[in-house]
Amino acid sequence: MLSRAASSLYWMGRHIERADFTARLIDAAIKFDMLPYSDGQSGLKSAFDAAGVGNYYQGDCQNLDKNAVLDFMLFDETNPSSIISCFAKARHDARSVRTAVTREVFETLNEAWIGFAKKRKDAKKDINSFLAWVEEIARGYDGAIQRTMLRSEPFWFARLGAAIERADNTARLLDVKYHVLLPREDYVGGPIDHAQWTALLRSVSAETAYRWLYREGLSSRNVADMMIFRDVMPRSLAACVLEINLLLGRMRAQTGLNGAADWQARQLQSKITTTNIENVIQYGLHEFLSEFLADNNNLGFSIAEQFMF
Amino acid sequence: MKKAFDEMWGDWGGEDPRGPYVNFAAWLEDISNEDLNLRKQAAEHIFRKTGITFAVYSNEEAEERIIPFDIIPRIISGKEWDDLSEGLIQRVNAINMFLSDIYGSREIMKAGILPDDLIYSNPQFRLQMTNINPPHDVWAHICGIDIVRTGANDFYVLEDNARTPSGVSYMLEDREAMERLFPNLIEKHKIRPVEHYPDALHRMLRSVAPNNCGGDPRCVVMTPGPYNSAFYEHSFLADHIGVELVEGHDLFVRDRQVFMRSTNGPLKVDVIYRRVDDDFIDPLMFDPNSMLGLPGLMDCYAAGNVTIVNAPGTGIADDKAIYSYMPEIVKFYTGKDAKLPNVETYRCREADSLKYVLDNLPELVVKLVDGSGGYGMLVGPTSTKAQIEDFRKHLIAEPHRFIAQPTLALSTCPTLTEKGLAPRHVDLRPFILTGSKGVEIVPGGLTRVALTEGSLVVNSSQGGGTKDTWVVDDIVEGA
Repeated sequence: MLSRAASSLYWMGRHIERADFTARLIDAAIKFDMLPYSDGQSGLKSAFDAAGVGNYYQGDCQNLDKNAVLDFMLFDETNPSSIISCFAKARHDARSVRTAVTREVFETLNEAWIGFAKKRKDAKKDINSFLAWVEEIARGYDGAIQRTMLRSEPFWFARLGAAIERADNTARLLDVKYHVLLPREDYVGGPIDHAQWTALLRSVSAETAYRWLYREGLSSRNVADMMIFRDVMPRSLAACVLEINLLLGRMRAQTGLNGAADWQARQLQSKITTTNIENVIQYGLHEFLSEFLADNNNLGFSIAEQFMF
Repeated sequence: MKKAFDEMWGDWGGEDPRGPYVNFAAWLEDISNEDLNLRKQAAEHIFRKTGITFAVYSNEEAEERIIPFDIIPRIISGKEWDDLSEGLIQRVNAINMFLSDIYGSREIMKAGILPDDLIYSNPQFRLQMTNINPPHDVWAHICGIDIVRTGANDFYVLEDNARTPSGVSYMLEDREAMERLFPNLIEKHKIRPVEHYPDALHRMLRSVAPNNCGGDPRCVVMTPGPYNSAFYEHSFLADHIGVELVEGHDLFVRDRQVFMRSTNGPLKVDVIYRRVDDDFIDPLMFDPNSMLGLPGLMDCYAAGNVTIVNAPGTGIADDKAIYSYMPEIVKFYTGKDAKLPNVETYRCREADSLKYVLDNLPELVVKLVDGSGGYGMLVGPTSTKAQIEDFRKHLIAEPHRFIAQPTLALSTCPTLTEKGLAPRHVDLRPFILTGSKGVEIVPGGLTRVALTEGSLVVNSSQGGGTKDTWVVDDIVEGA
């Protein structure tokens, strides 16, 4: 297929995944900040940091204004990762490759775009419904992709973009927890800590999954283990990396190209399969996640290069 | 001006509907205006949802608009259509022979039928094409011939569109919308189908591939990009014929051949259905500032390694000054009188005509010879004095750029307005495909309707809408 079309599909996948993530990140942050002992904004501050959009923010990054940050992350078109930017770009990409996506996929994104202004207005009164709506769009989009797209290059590229973005997002979301400073040392493992992890699990719809996977009670070790190493958990780094390799394998079979992206993806996978949560905790969760983010980012560049984006 | 002929009620606005509308009229009696309005809203929702939009230039607010769709169909009898299509085939064949001649031995000029300067000084004439033979000698592969009607048996050609006529996606979408909205009504009529247009288009494109392309020709649709007003149609067509939609920078030239950049590496391209104007397709041969085209495309074309659809230079055939000679052109090449008459046309380049036009401006329609989309025209009877006087200055300054025609009472068709059903003027644009194996026309075409009461301008860029066009076979002639 056309390289430009491949690029558009890849970014369409990434942007919808990113919009969904931003909605979940903010959802988690709002829940963090509702917990007792919270100063009412450290959750939002950590979400802001985790999203990595500080460079685009015009306000004071040290003393964040809650409403300004929310507006910035949801509705500011100068922020390339804001939900409005993601939806606009995904729809533009889908429109420019109308031939490569099904009617259902385009309609999902087009309707989201048409309905955005009204949802934005309503969000002033009820931000939770807005966030839920964004997640609903992402689900509708995923459904359209899964149910209607031919299993060929357009499908693979859209999925590949989503998988790369999702790996990036999970790593960032885990990092939020790292960024949230507990009021005092002795709270680690205490009820606040517990409540924060629960909020995080809920935001990725993994609370029940956790109960199934781990018989013991909630612990930070287990949550990190699940989100990094358990490939049955669809948002885990392991699951994302597995999917990235599967998709690149399909394309390799079709195009005969075997390049830097294939090699880097395999390396990323072996980094996850050859270690475990104990090693990561010893090494430092934040350090591990930062490295993963850098590697994943490089993989994205290599994909663009390999397929002549 | 006398009352216009009505497609449904005929000349006198009588009690009985014309033959093609008998079934429809019976159906209409049982349906309330309220119900019609509901269906109309449903139709608009479908169009908005699927992104069937077009952009209007110099209108930043409405970056994308939906084209207004009227749910009352325009119905033509099978007999009327068969007569029309004979005339269309004759005309399009003549246009292709004319183009081949103009860029070849120029017999028609030697015979003194066309003045030399009308060709040579015409901005639509591409001298570069004189040394190039399009594969299979087909030039205007896709023509949109605008037809107007003034009476039961009076059809005229208003304009020939031989460059890149648009609107065919609306013809297909309108039918699909009608099938969704009125399944029972559709069932009651034997409507000739239009759904095979994309297949016919693809067949035509493949048939005109260069002879040396070998095996399975690769066709693409070339668009200026998503900001173009007709982008929806470009993507629609590429999608429905199952080929790639490319922009200029997706292509490159190597060894006088065109390739597209794909995830599999370079792929050779044999046929380009371009929706980019001549001026922009190759900055090395035409406008050097074009960012939309492919540098070197014309060199590949001259080498016979790629087919461009429509061929560059076909604009000369839809120039409105040339149009005025179409009866002679048809006669010259086919040896027969034109089956479809022209509208009487005054060439303002000729002194007598100019004088007549200037004296009668308030009654005439004046058009730019190379204009399209309803831009740069004056409709005398509906213009203010100031507009007419303003136009007069342009006309005196550059008379050769204009032609004038009497204001025709275009036929009307019942149309759903805010005040219920009311007559609105319509025209008809059938799409005619010419490949190496002959001409094919999908029955009907696009009916455009001027939604403003009394208006004669049907262009979508000027507030016109569209209607589904039915060619029906199961009706009694006459009535």
